[in-house]
Amino acid sequence: MFRRLLIANRGEIARRINRVAQEMGLETIAVYSDADAASPHVREATRAVRLGPAPPRESYLNTEALLAAARETGAEAVHPGYGFVSESADFCRACTEAGLVFVGPPPEAMARMKDKARARVLAGEAGVPLVPGSAGVVADVASAAAEAERIGYPVLVKAAGGGGGIGMAVAQTVAELEKAFRQSADRAKAAFGREGVYLESYFPLPRHVEVQVLGDGQGHLIQVLERECSIQRRHQKVVEEAGSPLFLGGQRTGLLAAMKEAALAAARAFGYANAGTVEFLVSDGAFYFIEMNARLQVEHPVTEATTGLDLIRWQLRIAAGETLSVKQDEVRRVGHALEFRIYAEDPVRFLPSPGRLAVFRPPEAEGVRVDAGYAEGDVVTPHYDPMIAKLIVYGRDRAEAIHRADRALADFRVEGIKTNIPLHLRIVRDRAFQEGVLDTHFLETHAKG
Amino acid sequence: MSDVAAHITGTVWKVEVSVGQKVAAGEVLVILESMKMEMPIEAPDAGTVKEVRCQPAQAVNEGDVLVVLEP
Repeated sequence: MFRRLLIANRGEIARRINRVAQEMGLETIAVYSDADAASPHVREATRAVRLGPAPPRESYLNTEALLAAARETGAEAVHPGYGFVSESADFCRACTEAGLVFVGPPPEAMARMKDKARARVLAGEAGVPLVPGSAGVVADVASAAAEAERIGYPVLVKAAGGGGGIGMAVAQTVAELEKAFRQSADRAKAAFGREGVYLESYFPLPRHVEVQVLGDGQGHLIQVLERECSIQRRHQKVVEEAGSPLFLGGQRTGLLAAMKEAALAAARAFGYANAGTVEFLVSDGAFYFIEMNARLQVEHPVTEATTGLDLIRWQLRIAAGETLSVKQDEVRRVGHALEFRIYAEDPVRFLPSPGRLAVFRPPEAEGVRVDAGYAEGDVVTPHYDPMIAKLIVYGRDRAEAIHRADRALADFRVEGIKTNIPLHLRIVRDRAFQEGVLDTHFLETHAKG
Repeated sequence: MSDVAAHITGTVWKVEVSVGQKVAAGEVLVILESMKMEMPIEAPDAGTVKEVRCQPAQAVNEGDVLVVLEP
């Protein structure tokens, strides 16, 4: 095991990695931007190094400053957390070239996953079910109609160079398809300078279910069960849980077993090592590959709370060259866990709400864990992600977890900024949520103020 | 004359208009960035841009006037 670890992140995840590393007897190096000089993650590490001004490009995304901090402090390994440089194959390579251990997958695996088109081909070749779609770009309205007939309506019309929902439209019929095709082609041209349009099967009410994988890169790869993350806003997860309500009480065991196998097959196809997550969309009893994430997920604590595995500890051990001693049949879930992302934002309009945390008192109770990036009196600046904390609640079953969550959310005191805690309370009190009837559009129709 | 103000604290990402330009109601004047989100600031009414009081990368507070429009 290396002795000195640089943590290339901020907020709650930097604090959590720091805690695990210090428990393992490592010296830790925190890094910070000018906006975070007084943050808890800076105080708690063995040493801290300033990276630069507040904007991420000049600080937490600044490869040169990160490598210089590692060199200057004699760090032997770098944990990137999630976000920032965690999915940068270039940063990973730069670490290796500088003689540093990067805590994560090999750069080749990262590159394979990042190119979505290539990832889709690799996963498909490995026998992982993909969202049905056109074979590449469709040339004109007539061929689009033919492809849509083959895929089946409704279809999602997407601009090839697109992203962030630009140039995307749903078509239920041929008439709508013609309109959507022209619209997407125009938008694609205006926004991305390319006219290409392709089609995918559209699922009106999908669920987001993902499988955690863990591998040592020495031939041993396991899956660490599923999580459901269907409660989202603007494609950002809001509430996550383990396990998925879809499979509670031994329902749909065939579907779950097939998803876990597919996750392992995808991870093998990418040459994956360390902790990763394979994301699926589930609709009408079938599942489809979305993507594989080459990093620790924000929601990893719900897996830890229900399996007893410490994923960060394993990340560090695997990065240090240890073999993964956990066998597949030793991975079992006990109880149920929910995670609520506490965002600094208006709970109705979802607008950011930076400011000073005049009061910040997380709840303390049986089965309740709070991973927070801030303490009372700290300032939440507009420079970074709005997530200020994660509330993780464990129960013997889902009903107990929901009951405890209601209490914990009601006891969570934050003043000085707006947070989405009132939204979370509405979610846990929503009947559809309590019954486990979820889909990714849940917040558009439920838990309204 | 109407002052168009920032409704959140953040950084100016893009200024989409210049002085003298005619804009329609709902047209995007400025895009702010806050907490990794882009927030368009739209014209409340149609008018002509009289002043632009911000520039890209500038930090702004909630309530700061970004653009002045005249009918």
